[in-house]
Amino acid sequence: MLDTTGLSTLEDLYSHLPADVRFQGELNIPHGKSEYEIVDYFRARGHENANSRANFLGAGVYHHYRPVPVDTVVSRGEFLTSYTPYQAEISQGTLTAIFEFQTMICQLTGMDVANASMYDGSTAVPEAAMMAMRITGRDGIAVARTVHPEYREVLGTYTRHQTTSVTEFEYDPETGQVDVESLEQALNENTAAVIIQSPNFFGVVEDAKQIAEMAHAKGALLVFVFTEAVSLGLLEPPRDADIVAGELQSFAIAPSYGGPFAGIIACKDKYVRQLPGRLVGETKDASGNRAFCLTLATREQHIRREKATSNICTNQALIALMATVFMALYGKQGLRELAEQNLAKAHYLGERLWRRFNGPYFNEFVAATGVQSPEEINKRLLGFQIVGGLPLDRFYPELRNSVLLCCTEMSRRADMDAVAEAFGA
Amino acid sequence: MIKKVRQHPSQNESLLFETSSPGKAGYQLPQLDVPAVDPADALGPQHVRQEIPDFPEVSEVDVIRHFTRLSTWNYAIDLGLYPLGSCTMKYNPRVNEAVARTEGLMWIHPYQPDELSQGAFAIFAELERVLAEITGMDGVTLQPAAGAHGELTGILLVRALLEAQGNPRKKVIVPDSAHGTNPASVRMAGYEVVNVASNDRGMLDAEALARMVDEDVAAIMITNPNTLGVFEEHISEVARILHSKGALVYMDGANMNALAGISRPGDYGVDLMHLNLHKTFSTPHGGGGPGSGPVAVKKPLDPFLPLPRLQHAASGWSWNYDRPQSIGRVRAFYGNFGVLVRALAYIMAHGGDGLRRATLDALLNANYLRKLLEADYEIAYNAPSMHECVFRHPATGAIAKRLIDYGFHPYTVSFPLIVHGAMMIEPTETESKQELDLFADALISIAQEDRENPDLLLRAPHSTRTNKVDEVGAARKPTLKWTR
Repeated sequence: MLDTTGLSTLEDLYSHLPADVRFQGELNIPHGKSEYEIVDYFRARGHENANSRANFLGAGVYHHYRPVPVDTVVSRGEFLTSYTPYQAEISQGTLTAIFEFQTMICQLTGMDVANASMYDGSTAVPEAAMMAMRITGRDGIAVARTVHPEYREVLGTYTRHQTTSVTEFEYDPETGQVDVESLEQALNENTAAVIIQSPNFFGVVEDAKQIAEMAHAKGALLVFVFTEAVSLGLLEPPRDADIVAGELQSFAIAPSYGGPFAGIIACKDKYVRQLPGRLVGETKDASGNRAFCLTLATREQHIRREKATSNICTNQALIALMATVFMALYGKQGLRELAEQNLAKAHYLGERLWRRFNGPYFNEFVAATGVQSPEEINKRLLGFQIVGGLPLDRFYPELRNSVLLCCTEMSRRADMDAVAEAFGA
Repeated sequence: MIKKVRQHPSQNESLLFETSSPGKAGYQLPQLDVPAVDPADALGPQHVRQEIPDFPEVSEVDVIRHFTRLSTWNYAIDLGLYPLGSCTMKYNPRVNEAVARTEGLMWIHPYQPDELSQGAFAIFAELERVLAEITGMDGVTLQPAAGAHGELTGILLVRALLEAQGNPRKKVIVPDSAHGTNPASVRMAGYEVVNVASNDRGMLDAEALARMVDEDVAAIMITNPNTLGVFEEHISEVARILHSKGALVYMDGANMNALAGISRPGDYGVDLMHLNLHKTFSTPHGGGGPGSGPVAVKKPLDPFLPLPRLQHAASGWSWNYDRPQSIGRVRAFYGNFGVLVRALAYIMAHGGDGLRRATLDALLNANYLRKLLEADYEIAYNAPSMHECVFRHPATGAIAKRLIDYGFHPYTVSFPLIVHGAMMIEPTETESKQELDLFADALISIAQEDRENPDLLLRAPHSTRTNKVDEVGAARKPTLKWTR
């Protein structure tokens, strides 16, 4: 091959580079390892992490069972090792699956259109906010303090250097839901979007309908955020929202220390031209057969460059495929039953503890720890190989001695009993 | 009507919604070990939904067959050469998939106490270290989820540093050969985009650039090697020009597969850059993601890196949130950890010497292909090629579709925009001589077909289950979901 290129050594391939850009040294990276050594290294790192029997952490990342067929499908090389489906004729597998994904997200959320995925829920939120600002021509954002704190931080990072003004509104200390008066004060003629999450960060279900009415009365859009997708199997979908920004991690996506996950943005039909991210549409091939392709690309960066709706290019396609297979396996009946199990488990534990808020809750709730500190309780639980809930003062200084707990279909009764005991209940 | 017409169901594979029948399901839940709760009682009847209309009802075997059949309609690296320029479609070693599924890595929660996550910290720390080593930089954030996300992070870092110096400035210079994500990221970070034209050698013109750079310029975003596969020879001079006006040099590392082990951007004036782990470090593309876009920076930018940062003490690793100058989070949690695991596995398998060898093989493969094709296709610019080569042909789109009939994925079509009829070819180092020869033979044969029977190309592909797809029709009246 070198002969064909007319060169005599491999080094000649870059001898045209100026001397000052050529790296003369050797990279300080150990010599290549065998497959066995690599497996062994990562197994050892895995052992250094917690090896708990049970985990009651939620807060945007949930321990749900991952059905085996999910990895069977996503491990197929044709899905795993293909690129973005720009060449429709040889990408119908990925394109068809995304079309099914978009359809199921619409069915779940009550929206008209859903995109092919965003990086995660946290980045979907600022993208949805910017979408609302383009639609309304306004630049104020009102966001509930019950939206995931890290999502709000990301919103802050994205909008800090725009002209955007972000206002946070309070929660009702009794119910844990949006404080309607605080929201009313946050709204004005410049509000592009009201952003709420339901179930919110405290696990409490919000009254989206009422909040939508308040937002719409001021000409603002409602952006509805969800972090626990399983709740959509049981809860009324956010039909009154204009844009939905969510995280699908609960759909067979492993916690994996926080990623990779898959976010989505869905919206009403009339806003589709402002939607960021890839979209798959139905069409026909030259023989008149049904076919699918990427469409409405004039919204995207590779066509519109600095005028695009977003800079997003690579998304989370394979992770979205996990969610697609999950939704297909559980289906209409399974997703309902899964959600009902989550509800029952959380209420089994929640009703035995002193809950901080009395609003309706799905599979997470805030428990007061009383005279003990959250750290004391969690330390005791770790003795039983149980990872306890999240102490909330880290994000909410006013919520001292409060722990956010999550129960899913994977929470065993005996472990929940152990948690209740540790709380002194 | 007979529905199954071929040995392998293809055109008539139904969607999940069309094969559903009531009561079918592919899940099993354990028997509930706590009392059931009435949803209407617990949540209030107004919060409980009716059944999800038209949601699938299929069995496990239905699901497996459906997605297995769909998968066979995809082209993939596992089937052959995938020469998409600037996408670096190299083979994905399967050990990377295996280690990402290690129980103790896959099931750890981002909020479990730091002392229970020491194995994860060790992986973050080692990957940050080796990426800094490969790029010649001082600090790395692994938080960005993809290349474009890294670009946005990087430009926010530029802004934060300049702001701390008293003036964030207004403009970022982007060459006309850049990926579309560059100008889009610049806009999201609140800067104005200034395009700069390439010269007749496909490179940045240092003199022209010198005239453009003033005190309003915050940075230049430069892809190197650029999207023509050409190394920007004047990169050091470019850096001197920018630095003399107090501006920064951002490098888009999409093409780092041409440089790993032979050239370190941090050594010659690049202030910050992103990497695409799903390109250079072979975490799979997965049909469009997930990726990972770490940003590597020189010391002055370090205080501004996203929260949180790794820190080490006698008690072990932990997350440090006490960084008042940080731009803040660019996403929840710490990054696409599962992708980071795969990238580190890839780097460990190669080692420093192996990475260098992979780079040389990538250059060799691209230059070998260029030589094989030069007689039949016109090279866009005569400058020496690095890891990819760009030809020009007015029928680039049709040739690409015809390549499908020869069993290959097309090259990148009509990009970069500065080449009319661009054919951008990146073979990567994992392709053998046999595969490259087959690919060159196919392209040479198509060149002949184009001369003798251009209509054959215009109607291509002829051999796929789905033939030419009507993309214009799809956009005219978009159908974006299935309805009954």
